[in-house]
Amino acid sequence: MSLTAPGQHHADDRLDPKSFGQAQSDPTTMSMRSLIDESCKWPCLVFFTTGTAWLVIGSLFALVASIKLHTPRFMSDDAWLTFGRVRPAHLDSVVFGWASLTGIGTSLWLMCRLCRTPLRYPAMLVLAAILWNVGVLVGTIAVLSGHSTGVEWLEFPPYSTFLLFIAFGIVAIWAMVTFGQRQSGHVYVSQWYLFGALFWFPWLYATVQILIIGHLTSGMGQMSVQWWFAHNVLGLWFTPIGLATIYYLVPKVIGRPIYSYYLSILGFWSLALFYSWAGSHHFISGPAPAWLVTASIVGSVMMIIPVSTVAINHHMTVRKHFAVMRFSPTLRFIVFGAMSYTLVSVQGSSMSLHVLNEPTHFSHYTIAHAHLGLYAFFTMTMFGAMYYIVPRLTGREWSSSKLIRIHFWFAAIGIFMYWGFLSLGGLIQGFEMNQASSPLGDLVGKLGYWEGVKTFLGGFKAQNGVVPWLAIVKDTLPWLLSRSIAGTLMTLAHLAFGVLLLLNLTGWGRQRSGPTLFVSDAKGYQQSLTPVADWLVPDEHEGDAS
Amino acid sequence: MNFGPTLFLGAFLTFAFAWMGLVFFPVAQLKNVKPQTADVTAIENPTPYSGLEARGRQVYIANGCVYCHSQQLRGGQYNADLLRGWGSRRSVPQDYVNDDPILLGTMRTGPDLVNIGARQPSDEWHHKHLYSPQAVSPGSNMPPFAFLYEKRKIVGQRSKDALNVTLEPGYELVPTDDAKALVAYLKSMDRTYDVPGLPAN
Repeated sequence: MSLTAPGQHHADDRLDPKSFGQAQSDPTTMSMRSLIDESCKWPCLVFFTTGTAWLVIGSLFALVASIKLHTPRFMSDDAWLTFGRVRPAHLDSVVFGWASLTGIGTSLWLMCRLCRTPLRYPAMLVLAAILWNVGVLVGTIAVLSGHSTGVEWLEFPPYSTFLLFIAFGIVAIWAMVTFGQRQSGHVYVSQWYLFGALFWFPWLYATVQILIIGHLTSGMGQMSVQWWFAHNVLGLWFTPIGLATIYYLVPKVIGRPIYSYYLSILGFWSLALFYSWAGSHHFISGPAPAWLVTASIVGSVMMIIPVSTVAINHHMTVRKHFAVMRFSPTLRFIVFGAMSYTLVSVQGSSMSLHVLNEPTHFSHYTIAHAHLGLYAFFTMTMFGAMYYIVPRLTGREWSSSKLIRIHFWFAAIGIFMYWGFLSLGGLIQGFEMNQASSPLGDLVGKLGYWEGVKTFLGGFKAQNGVVPWLAIVKDTLPWLLSRSIAGTLMTLAHLAFGVLLLLNLTGWGRQRSGPTLFVSDAKGYQQSLTPVADWLVPDEHEGDAS
Repeated sequence: MNFGPTLFLGAFLTFAFAWMGLVFFPVAQLKNVKPQTADVTAIENPTPYSGLEARGRQVYIANGCVYCHSQQLRGGQYNADLLRGWGSRRSVPQDYVNDDPILLGTMRTGPDLVNIGARQPSDEWHHKHLYSPQAVSPGSNMPPFAFLYEKRKIVGQRSKDALNVTLEPGYELVPTDDAKALVAYLKSMDRTYDVPGLPAN
């Protein structure tokens, strides 16, 4: 059942079961791959290492900010560490430091691998990485010292964003030149997403910088642009990079082609069309024109199309191969990321509806949602990518499967504890702020557990009196405390990964010959990779990863 | 087949479409919003910030107040913004014409501040609250902003700015210029004026 034109496949590097083994040992492919990996080595390693350093720094900011919310006098003597500075320092260092740096590193490597062309003049990209890092460092110090611009997600002052722009310009030009020099006519879906991300991000960033930081608009006009940016930096920068990574690495690890080429096309174009309209649903019933809010609600709800398309495509690809997750760290992180993408997107669509948005918008429910997206989806996917890419750059395997296990479980349990507890706390907080006339605790005490919760959620009762503000604060404290615990687990996971990366870069740890798997059972691993006969898996693949 | 041009054109058009919708048209439309002058009092609503208030706004920005406090009241049937006594009408674009950057906020760890100047007009209350929030509202999780205040040994007479709080004998608590500016800004936040065409609740 071939749906692609002849000559579109590359026999040197096919991923379908029949030629999989053969492709691996083909000498031309092998030498091209090692040439590419060699050319990407320094830029990618600099992006990954500095990104991971920002992750650890950002986690520490996060912990300080989190503890302050339930223990307000914690580290409160110094202006530099007041909550209102540490919190944006956390956001900016993980978004522009960790997520963007590792995202760029992964994109560059994927682009070269998929275009089958080595990176030209890699030293310029090392320069870009250094400029980017200086930009983030200067920006973070500015935020901590009280020189923030005051615009959420765009706190970095212009002298810092200027450096980011130059660095990004180099990255984008290099990636586009690589794309232009691709060896083959066939463009794999990951390349589409990467092209989109590299094309959209500068447009987004330039628009907000010129209009807001350049003071060309003020008041509500500014707000519309700001939230269009803050939402699309997720939707059109991190999401395409994450999806490109999943689309590439899942077939690579399990040795099967992607399930459907057509679903991947539909997923890409519907994402481009709908995600870009998100943002203004942040002003539901707020001081913005109604048409603007409605347009964004439509865009958010329509996101169900790209999300379900991608979810089906990924699921059908991994189907019957979930056993590989027992062995492969890359696949376990990536599948975790892919499943979280579906979850966070469906939740996001529901959150754009009046009935859920109005009570929860100003609560911790929104914070939990943001972390599900940037952490459970994007960050976990980037971990998976680095587990795959770094050994190919350094020529060393990961030195400890135990540390990888610690990394995975601490991060996975941490983020789900974070999301679960904070969402619950946020719902209680939001309903007490907006809907209920008595605190949840009082109702449960009076009516019993079941009836109490039912009355609490049952419709709009706030006309009969509102819950006093400090009672709401009191009810959020246990959930805020649980967030600090979850955050500690996640920080420990990041430290474990930091140690692994350090050992890999320096060659200090135990050296291994084969890939580092969770379970050292080579035979079982091979068996899990054995293709399972299934009529649902097309025997002729479409749109294979190279 | 070469997908390059298709990809470029598609990525350009989809994005340009949304850019027109969420950037160009709203910015163009909201540019026309102007302050209104009240008929009787001839006061411009909202009143432009004085120098001190504008400086206080910078202190508000520098210390990230916006991460816990919103400055907007919403209409809509699923929230209680107006029932909480924060204001008598929903916020409208006119309320923000003097704001650059706008500090609408997305989080209510603390209460909304759009009318805090009308709800809490006392300098003394604001200073005490900023210095030690728990002393004024027990159970609050707001961090203290003691670094905006100076603890000084009393030499001769007490300073006329000194706050009416009990410290160890011989010391007084004086707000810094930043603290005074911040309180001036907080007190200026009063958008309780009527907006033509918008019924008060």
